Amino acid sequence: MTTTDVPARTARPSRPAVPKRRPRREREGAAWVFLSPWVLGATVLTLLPMAVSLYLSFTDYDLFNPPRWVGLRNYTQMFTEDPRYWRSVLTTLTYVVLAVPLQLALALLVAIALKSMKRGKAFYRSAFYAPSLLGASMSIALVWRAVFNDGGTVDNLFGTGGWVNKPGWALLAVALLTVWQFGAPMVIFLAGLQQIPAELYEAAAVDGAGTWRQFLSVTVPMLSPVLFFNLVLQTIQAFQVFTPAFAVSAGKGGPADSTLVYTLYLYDRGFVASHMGYASAMAWVLLLVIGAVTVVLFRTSRSWVFYASDTDGGAR
Amino acid sequence: MTSTAVAHKPVRRHRIALHLGCLAALLVMLYPLAWLLATSLKPADEVIASLDLLPGRLEWSNYKTAMDGVNDVSIWRLLSNSLLIAGGAVLGNVISCSLAAYAFARLRFRFRGPLFAFMIATIMLPHHAVLIPQYIIFNQLGLVNTYWPLILPKFLATEAFFVFLIVQFMRGLPRELEEAARIDGCGPFRSFFQVILPLTRPALITTAIFTFIWTWNDFFTQLIYLFDPDKFTLTLALRSFVDASSTSAFGPMFAMSVIALLPIVLFFLAFQRFLVEGMASSGLKG
Repeated sequence: MTTTDVPARTARPSRPAVPKRRPRREREGAAWVFLSPWVLGATVLTLLPMAVSLYLSFTDYDLFNPPRWVGLRNYTQMFTEDPRYWRSVLTTLTYVVLAVPLQLALALLVAIALKSMKRGKAFYRSAFYAPSLLGASMSIALVWRAVFNDGGTVDNLFGTGGWVNKPGWALLAVALLTVWQFGAPMVIFLAGLQQIPAELYEAAAVDGAGTWRQFLSVTVPMLSPVLFFNLVLQTIQAFQVFTPAFAVSAGKGGPADSTLVYTLYLYDRGFVASHMGYASAMAWVLLLVIGAVTVVLFRTSRSWVFYASDTDGGAR
Repeated sequence: MTSTAVAHKPVRRHRIALHLGCLAALLVMLYPLAWLLATSLKPADEVIASLDLLPGRLEWSNYKTAMDGVNDVSIWRLLSNSLLIAGGAVLGNVISCSLAAYAFARLRFRFRGPLFAFMIATIMLPHHAVLIPQYIIFNQLGLVNTYWPLILPKFLATEAFFVFLIVQFMRGLPRELEEAARIDGCGPFRSFFQVILPLTRPALITTAIFTFIWTWNDFFTQLIYLFDPDKFTLTLALRSFVDASSTSAFGPMFAMSVIALLPIVLFFLAFQRFLVEGMASSGLKG
């Protein structure tokens, strides 16, 4: 990317000269050298593909023949004629609503338990974190499939039969794999908890606040930025779940489309059925929905996220 | 908190209960891993017939079968394919992300604010929104079924999360270091390579480890780009077991799963401090 040669004559008052600064142009040049890989990636591998997929979403494209313009047909088909599409939307929403709150609640609970611990904290923290690294792997997804299958551990323990073959239960098995990976948000919660000044709890105790009152009046508000960060991150990730749903259903989204999450259906339309135009439309709707959800989360956050720096000008 | 003699006893009981609770939770958490290890050593007839977690006798031949690989591709081939992709990704991310991060953290340039905001926004961007056109681009270039689509993007700092991570770390370094370097006549390049980069090592290590693990675990990208069994990674090879649902293949399949997880477990044991700290700091400053 090149900057324009026209010298920008802004009305900004000139800053006092800092000694030994190199000329501005030269320093700018250096910055662009450092930035060049990122600029190339952002344009060629992010912005350009986004524009291309927006265009393709209005076409019929099978990778072999040139794209054929069909206007809004992909979108109208998606919204009005494709029950599997709505099925995948509903499945994904159910999954997000099931997995994210459970995962975050467990993460918070364990973080609070570990916070007051003197010995063994580092051990537990690492041990609980490990599944977050392993859980995304195909290996664990296969374990999940076997453990929740007919004759698997869960079947033997509860006598419910294998969850992965039951339409109402298969998605729960997938969600539990996400809950199992509560370690990453837990570590973030724990770090946040440790930054809450002990004086606040002491002051609350002096005022006669019990454990529960302290949790509600000190922990929750002080932790709300971290809670918010985790909520946004985990929600966005949950919308894009793929591997466990693929493994549990052998790539089909079954039984009865009950694990057909959005990305799995997108993969099916785009890469199995070669409807790249349709898949592009799906991708754009996903992008807009995730964007909208993020904006809504940020908007509502103003009423419940408390930033200490708003009132006292920043903590240490 | 005032600790009186009266309060002492309940606190201690409380602590023991806490430890017991944590240990119980840990057992449940680790069960799938124990199950994996046990099943990888079970003889075929025990997989379904026996409900015991532990195998009656150890069937090491599962591992021998797994070593033979899948589709006539040996496990060494699969392993080295996985390593090549993960290694390339690590190299790419460390180089490109640290370069971009230095510019964002320390240099002034036009549009820095908007570009930084854009970079942050791409962290949130769903992978799938750019995936199809990327696939089409690489398809046009004849690079599908090669490793380029899996490695090249990492050299172009497309994983903004790591740029952000390194930016945050660099912002914590004292500016006096570069001021001193500049007075000594160092330009931005020398002060990057000789002053900043060595100090950024913890963030670079965190980047390297996370990149390795995420790339190693990655399934979606490999699934769409690679279809030649010769080029398969361990993850893709495991996937071919997904369709075969018969339990007779359980032993070798889970033996291979163990082998596929081993590098991650080793990385975790060796670098857990970096991983946990890296994860913790990503949230606090966000």
